Order: sequence, then structure tokens, then C-alpha cells
Amino acid sequence: MAVLVYAEHDNSSIKGATLNTVAAAQAIGGDIHVLVAGSNCQAAAAAAAQIAGVSKVLVADNAAYTNQLAENVSLLVADLGKAYSHILAPATTNGKNFAPRVAALLDVAQISEITKVISADTFERPIYAGNAIATVQALDAIKVLTVRATGFDAVAATGGSAAVEAVATVTDAGTSKFVAEELAKSDRPELTAAKIVVSGGRGMGNGDNFKILYSLADKLGAAVGASRAAVDAGFVPNDMQVGQTGKIVAPQLYVAVGISGAIQHLAGMKDSKVIVAINKDPEAPIFQVADYGLVGDLFDLVPQLEKLV
Amino acid sequence: MKAIVAVKRVVDYNVKVRVKADKTGVELANVKMAINPFCEIAVEEAVRLKEKGIVTEIVVVSIGPKEAQEQIRTAMALGADRGILVETGAEVQPLAVAKLLKAICDQEQPQLVILGKQAIDDDNNQTGQMLAALAGYAQGTFASVVKVEGGKASVTREIDGGFQTVELNLPAVVTTDLRLNEPRYAALPNIMKAKKKPLDVKTPADFGVDVTPRVKTLKVEPPAERSAGIKVKTVEELVAKLKNEAKVI
Ligand SMILES: Cc1cc2nc3c(=O)[nH]c(=O)nc-3n(C[C@H](O)[C@H](O)[C@H](O)COP(=O)(O)OP(=O)(O)OC[C@H]3O[C@@H](n4cnc5c(N)ncnc54)[C@H](O)[C@@H]3O)c2cc1C
Repeated sequence: MAVLVYAEHDNSSIKGATLNTVAAAQAIGGDIHVLVAGSNCQAAAAAAAQIAGVSKVLVADNAAYTNQLAENVSLLVADLGKAYSHILAPATTNGKNFAPRVAALLDVAQISEITKVISADTFERPIYAGNAIATVQALDAIKVLTVRATGFDAVAATGGSAAVEAVATVTDAGTSKFVAEELAKSDRPELTAAKIVVSGGRGMGNGDNFKILYSLADKLGAAVGASRAAVDAGFVPNDMQVGQTGKIVAPQLYVAVGISGAIQHLAGMKDSKVIVAINKDPEAPIFQVADYGLVGDLFDLVPQLEKLV
Repeated sequence: MKAIVAVKRVVDYNVKVRVKADKTGVELANVKMAINPFCEIAVEEAVRLKEKGIVTEIVVVSIGPKEAQEQIRTAMALGADRGILVETGAEVQPLAVAKLLKAICDQEQPQLVILGKQAIDDDNNQTGQMLAALAGYAQGTFASVVKVEGGKASVTREIDGGFQTVELNLPAVVTTDLRLNEPRYAALPNIMKAKKKPLDVKTPADFGVDVTPRVKTLKVEPPAERSAGIKVKTVEELVAKLKNEAKVI
């Protein structure tokens, strides 16, 4: 039995979620191989070879994989994947994009966002916006899984010394083309990996007011997140959305400011170790999950908080 | 061109579901059901493309129980032209749904298939991608902008770091994200008109698709409860708790 893990990377380095996915692979057991598909991705492949617990790195370095188009990557992973008992990808937008295609090409089910490995064929995953946890058993011979990073502690990025092997086959479906990318720039820690997250909702009133959250976050070394209402209103970009349909976070400390605590928002943050809510409505549902609640006007309380931390 | 839109009947998004005492699933008896929010966005997008003169016919498809006819009628009240229900009382998982949709695509020959990015019950986020793979179509998932011109679809996608735009050959699959559009409400006269629109009822066997589940649910449990928190009076008290009690700052 061997497990193939798809590495999330930017051609030069490996993204954090890959390390949590390798941890899930370890819980399954067997040899762990990591696939790095990209172009000019030798540096990422070298980094993958150092991940603790990995025995082999497969490198598919070709222009067909430059932007990780799902049509091309899924053909590659399905082709290589036939030799494995499990194919794992991080449940990032990239993993969610191609993994179901891989499963369909192999005529097997895909299990999304596992949070726990019970055995080689049995896994836990949240359903209904995290309001229920299902234990499911995969009946197919090859298990295609996406892994929710917050469910697994990352393995060490170094200490391994895997063999690196080039993949010669090139799979180009020729049905799609990359046109452009517009990436939000931020010097703050990445939302999904941050130890502290400060999030703002509709109560922030406008995008300019987010300044007070940014300065609090900078003092705490925190990432900044948002509710859907804040994103829809144009206060902040979409990739800051935390929730069922945005990012899933589980930091040490989550500070929800001007967020009511809708089911869909809680789905993305209620596994945080400590939750603080700042809201002027004492009845807001967020107080039901908050360890520490502060009732009052955020425009008074956030600057006070910034001074004291 | 013809567009197919897939819609799913799910628990209304405002309902906080309860797990059944016997751990076999969640309580669905007497719970308000509705069209999955992402599917509503898919219907709206197809209707807008029709209003622009790009799409000429919208076929709405649902796979599920007899009652899913309600969701098909809703989609027709919003502007879809006709409906197909693949009726089954059995659990149909994404791979089987994708196979049924593929069979319908073979018959209908659409240029565009629009689905929601995920259903808010199973939270799978798989069906559109699986259909695209089976049909050999390109895919534009998590779409926030869709343009169709010159025999191609240009789709702007919501990705982890921001946005990405891809160009797809047609036919293609698009899955909708929340910010693609704001769905309209059905007007009463349109609800009346929708009752007269054609709705074909089929079964999975009509398409020769085996829908036997490939994933078995062993049990469903409530998530771990968080222990009740406290309300603090002042920012000083909050900071003291975070430093000394929770030790997170
Ligand atoms: C299919 C679907 C998917 C969704 N996915 C997500 C998701 O992934 N993430 C998400 O967040 N939402 C999601 N939502 C939306 C969700 O249902 C809520 O609408 C949203 O979370 C509400 O955001 P909010 O709490 O910022 O706004 P509101 O609910 O409007 O709450 C604003 C809060 O701010 C407080 N407030 C206002 N002014 C002040 C002040 N001066 N000081 C202190 N407090 C103040 C108010 O008391 C209120 O509690 C989804 C919805 C659907 C239908």
C-alpha cells in the first residue's frame, strides 16, 4: 500500500497545507510519495524531498502544469494514481478543483475535507456546515481524499531525504487556458495558518474602518479575516472570507468583531481554541460559542484593546 | 445555445439541523426544504445569459425524491424553460449524479452546464468537476464572473489568494460561487406560468446508471460542544483573561 500526496506549491516552495496532508497520509499508513506538478518547479521538488516521512517525490515539470489547470493536472494524477491505494490532496481551492475530476476519471468516489483518519478506509468529515460529523467508509479500491488542514498537525518540513524522480508523461487536455490572476497582497500571516485571527463583519460599517482591525492584528501578529457580509459589501477581498464557503481556520485565538455568528460563519472558525466576541448586541449568536464576550461598541473597544495588548 | 442547470433540494440554509438519536443521519422530517443557495445562483446566471441573447433554452435538472419537483418549478418560475426530474428515493452520491447528468448531456447536447459549487447539506463540492471529467469538458469552478463570447467561456474564479481567470472551450461546466450574482425572486405570475412548463420525470434506470453508493455512512454525530463561555465587563478584564487564563497572547 502506498499513498500519493499532491503537493500545493508555487514552484519554488511548498505550501503549508501540504504538510498537514502528509500527516493525514501518515495516519493512513504505508509508503508516502509526493507529487510536485508545475513548471520550473525543481526548487519545490527539492523542498518536498525534505518533508519528514516522505519516501519518494515525483516531479512533473512541464508547461502544461504551469497554472495547475484542473483539466491537465487531473489526467496526470489519475494516470499516476492507478498505482496507489490512496490519493490525497489538501482541501484548498486547488485541491477541490481537480481531485473530484481524478476520482471520476478513475470511476471511484471522492471524500471531501476529511478531519480524521479512523482506518485506511474510514474517515470523519463534517457535513451540514459542521453541524454534524459523519464517519464514512470508502468502498472503492482507490480512495481519493481531500484533507482539511486544521484537522491534522503538520509534519516537519525538514528532516526527510526522499528520492526524487522525474515523470515523463505529459497530459495536456487542450480544453482550457489560463488568462490572468489577481492575487491579494498582504504582509500579514496567511489566514489558514495564523495562530491568531482577527475578523470583522458587517458591523465594521465600511472598508476604511477595517484599519482598526489591521492595526490590532499587526500588534498581535495576527491574520485578518471577514464574514461574508463584509466581503459582499466590498469592505475586503473575497479571499478573506471565513466560513462554510470560505476558509476554514482553527487558530489559538479567534477575535470576532461586529460578526453576528451565523451558522455559515461558525462553520469556518468554531474549532478555534479560544474565541473572543466583540458585539454590541448581547443576544448575538456569536456569544454562544465565545469563550470571552465583550458587549459594546467595537469602535470604542477595539482601539482600547489595541492599547492594552 | 442550450444551457443545463442542475438544482438540488436541500434543508433551508437557516435551519440548524439536529442529529438523529440513532446516529443514522440528521433529522429531516418536518424540516423546511429549499433549493440549494448555490443552485439558485446557477439558475440566475443562466437566466441572465438568456436575457443577453446568448442562451436560447434553459433545461433544469434535479435528481432526487418526487418532492424535488418543487425546486424544479421554482427554477422554472425564475426563467428556466423546461425541467427533468430523475426521480429516486435512494441516496445518490456525487459520482452517480455526475453520471446521470452526463447521460442527460449526451441527449441534450448543451453548450454550457451550470451547477452550484457545493450543496450545503453534504458540503462535497464535487459534482460539477466530476461531470466535467466524465464528459471531457473544461471546467470553470467557483465562478464569480462568467462571459460567453466567440465560442468560448471566460470564467473568473475565486481562489485562495484572490481571483483567477480562465478561458474554456465549449461545451463547458461552470460552478457558481456566492458572488456570481444576486438571485431574483419569483414573481407570482411567473410562478403560475411555471406550473404549465414541461417537466419530464425519469428514473436512473432510464439512463442505465447504477446509483449504488460507493461511500457508506457508518454514523453521524453532533460535533463536540464548546463549554459555555463568560461575558467580561471591560477590555482590561478581557486582556487579563487572555494572558493569564487562556494564555493565548
Ligand atoms: C450558501 C451560503 C453560504 C454562506 N457562507 C458564508 C461564509 O462562508 N462565511 C460567512 O461569514 N457567512 C456566510 N454566509 C452568510 C451568513 O449566513 C451571514 O449572512 C453572514 O455571516 C453575516 O455576516 P455578519 O455577521 O458580518 O453580519 P450581520 O449578521 O449583519 O452581523 C453584524 C453584527 O455586527 C454587530 N454590530 C454592528 N455594529 C456594531 C458596532 N458598532 N459595535 C459592535 N457590534 C456591532 C451587530 O450587532 C451584528 O451582530 C453564507 C450564506 C449562505 C446562504
